[in-house]
Amino acid sequence: MSTNELTGAEILVKSLIEENVEYIFGYPGGAVIGVYDAMHDMSHIQHILTRHEQGAVHAAEGYAKATGKVGVVVVTSGPGATNTVTGIADAYMDSVPIVVFTGQVATHLIGNDAFQEADIIGITRSITKHNFLVKNVGELAWTIKAAFHIASTGRPGPVVVDMPKDVMASKTTFVYPKEIKMRGYHPFYFGHMGQINKAVEIINASHKPVLYVGGGVVNSNASNELVNLAKKLNAPVAMTLMGLGAYPGDDELSMGMLGMHGTWYSNKAVDECDCLVAIGSRFDDRVTGNPATFSPNSKKIHIDIDPSAISKNVKVDVPIVGDVRHVLERLTPLVQPLDTKDWLKQIDGWKREHPLRYENGPEIRAQYIIEKIYELTKGEAIVTSDVGQNQMWTAQFYKFKNPRSNITSGGLGTMGFSFPASVGAAFGVKDRPVFSINGDGGIQMNIQELTTAVGNKLPIKIVILDNGYLGMVRQWQDLFYKKRYTHVSLGTNPDFAKIAEAFGAAGFVSDKADDVVPILKKALKINDRPVVIDFRTTEEDNVYPMIPSGGTFAQIMDYPKSVEEIQMAKAHSEAVK
Amino acid sequence: MKKHTISISVENKFGALNRIVGLFSARGYNIDSISVGTSEDDTVARVTIVSKGDDDVIEQIIKQLNKLIDVTKVVDLTYESYVERELVLVKVAANRNSRTEIMQISEIFRSKVIDISPRSVTIEATGSEQKVSALVKMLEPFGIKEIARTGRVALKREFEGAV
Ligand SMILES: Cc1ncc(C[n+]2csc(CCOP(=O)(O)OP(=O)(O)O)c2C)c(N)n1
Ligand SMILES: [Mg+2]
Repeated sequence: MSTNELTGAEILVKSLIEENVEYIFGYPGGAVIGVYDAMHDMSHIQHILTRHEQGAVHAAEGYAKATGKVGVVVVTSGPGATNTVTGIADAYMDSVPIVVFTGQVATHLIGNDAFQEADIIGITRSITKHNFLVKNVGELAWTIKAAFHIASTGRPGPVVVDMPKDVMASKTTFVYPKEIKMRGYHPFYFGHMGQINKAVEIINASHKPVLYVGGGVVNSNASNELVNLAKKLNAPVAMTLMGLGAYPGDDELSMGMLGMHGTWYSNKAVDECDCLVAIGSRFDDRVTGNPATFSPNSKKIHIDIDPSAISKNVKVDVPIVGDVRHVLERLTPLVQPLDTKDWLKQIDGWKREHPLRYENGPEIRAQYIIEKIYELTKGEAIVTSDVGQNQMWTAQFYKFKNPRSNITSGGLGTMGFSFPASVGAAFGVKDRPVFSINGDGGIQMNIQELTTAVGNKLPIKIVILDNGYLGMVRQWQDLFYKKRYTHVSLGTNPDFAKIAEAFGAAGFVSDKADDVVPILKKALKINDRPVVIDFRTTEEDNVYPMIPSGGTFAQIMDYPKSVEEIQMAKAHSEAVK
Repeated sequence: MKKHTISISVENKFGALNRIVGLFSARGYNIDSISVGTSEDDTVARVTIVSKGDDDVIEQIIKQLNKLIDVTKVVDLTYESYVERELVLVKVAANRNSRTEIMQISEIFRSKVIDISPRSVTIEATGSEQKVSALVKMLEPFGIKEIARTGRVALKREFEGAV
């Protein structure tokens, strides 16, 4: 045996260094105790001990979404592995590049119902881009290289590497492959010029174009190319939940979000446009409602790297399979500047008549909180949101200026995502404030990560939009189930500010609108620990606009009061004062 | 809904077949038959799946199969000229009176009797799915005790019009 042979565990650490990994989010246990031993004197990489494996995966996702790099997780076998499942499914739905290393029982025990054995390969097969069981140490380095390659190229996604204990203890010489070839995986697509030319023809002939932009633009780092196209065409931009930030939300061509809770005017524009260019978006049902009546008058162009995303939900006129950035680089020089003056004027009229709106009062409106966070951070913060009303209000009222700032669980809609994701984002990005927006329900799903955030002195601003309800479910019961509220009250919520203090974080609580800005300002000054802000908001408030699930634009419910009514009420209350 | 014969080349390794079958069940695609074996290259397995679906469903199936990392090639043979065969073993109830007739039917279908007992005859037949089904139909009146079918295997024709 030559002296420069390494154990599997050592090879793992060396390989992660080769991949320029900065952080491992993990949790040890019996099956990976050898792997953890190899991390004892690890340099270059910091291991972050989360307090739950689900937290580790969401942290890796938050890190990956904020930085564009691959997030890395290490957990033990059995329960450690099964605790990662929700996070892996989340990463799969939102195309997040992460590699999850799971411990496994020794190879001779696999299949024996051994202690802490779970068939994580079988369990995660349909929620990973790919997964590997490493059967002998000789294939370990290649497998790690392949895992990072698969996770980060093409349409990104999660990869699981299952590591039996004996494999990680056996030895071989370490050679990290420079390049990797897989005959079944060819992720680089350059859009077909013939298709691009067809798209150019349609675009050049259009008078009322809309760019419908999704997370694919963020994943392919194509924001600049998107801005170039929009500016050259003078075309308005509607973004999906995942696409927010791909185009600057404060730009005059931005129409904000489209879809179920999108702005009235972006949905109207999509309904009326004559040319819809879908860029890195996938005609998800939360966007289209009834696909048969979605954008009925438009010629449709669809640019996406995943061939299976094309024509899955809506038939398009010109599909272009390719990396968004490459396609836009080739498409933009070929299109003509369009005369969209009348079209943009029409949209501006809609923006004035049907803006996003709410009435502020002595009670705190959740919308007001998000608007103030936006103003105080000038749209430059990284904001993670959870699932429910808090997510939709964040999407509506935080006008993300930059890509990789909007971090949320779009596809799977995972409650408990926001806070651990903000932990990962805060490790990845140190020079911008990180806000984690939560519902009072969702924060309780991964609140244990306060320990992780306190222990690492992460100055995350954890904002709880505390409406005392599972608000989004309550809203559906209100609108579609005759207000028969069934198990949606969170009346026995804990005192979140005290919880924060018990964990060693700062805590604030208020139910007055006048306190919002002063508290946020105080929170922004705290830089050595997380801050939990419990804003007790209006209890029964609904997110508008809303197009009911599977519905059409004609069914859109706008905010119940018009702009004039809100202005009159405001004038009246000021006069009374 | 049309039947499609899809030929899939896949890395011949642990779990690869599960990925294919799992994809069909996870996405609600139907499988009429599936057959698996090694190919000319022993690192590659060939899977032949017969599936029914509308054109856009079949299109999705092919795209999703292509997305699997272990899958190296997917061909929908339905749009190609191809040869297909299925092998079936049929155990038919038989007695002194019926045995001769059963064996005549078997001969007409150019199939073979491979086992015989006082109460049964087992026939091996290969051919297209239609031929095999026709044989089974003819044997039904005698009382079929057991059937095992391999499912369809298929290859693209090398020259148009070859036999
Ligand atoms: C893990 C998980 N369980 C259940 C749901 C269903 N769900 C969607 S929104 C919601 C309510 C969320 O309540 P809260 O966190 O208080 O946020 P709010 O809507 O009040 O802002 C629920 C239960 C989910 N999305 N994820
Ligand atoms: Mg709530």
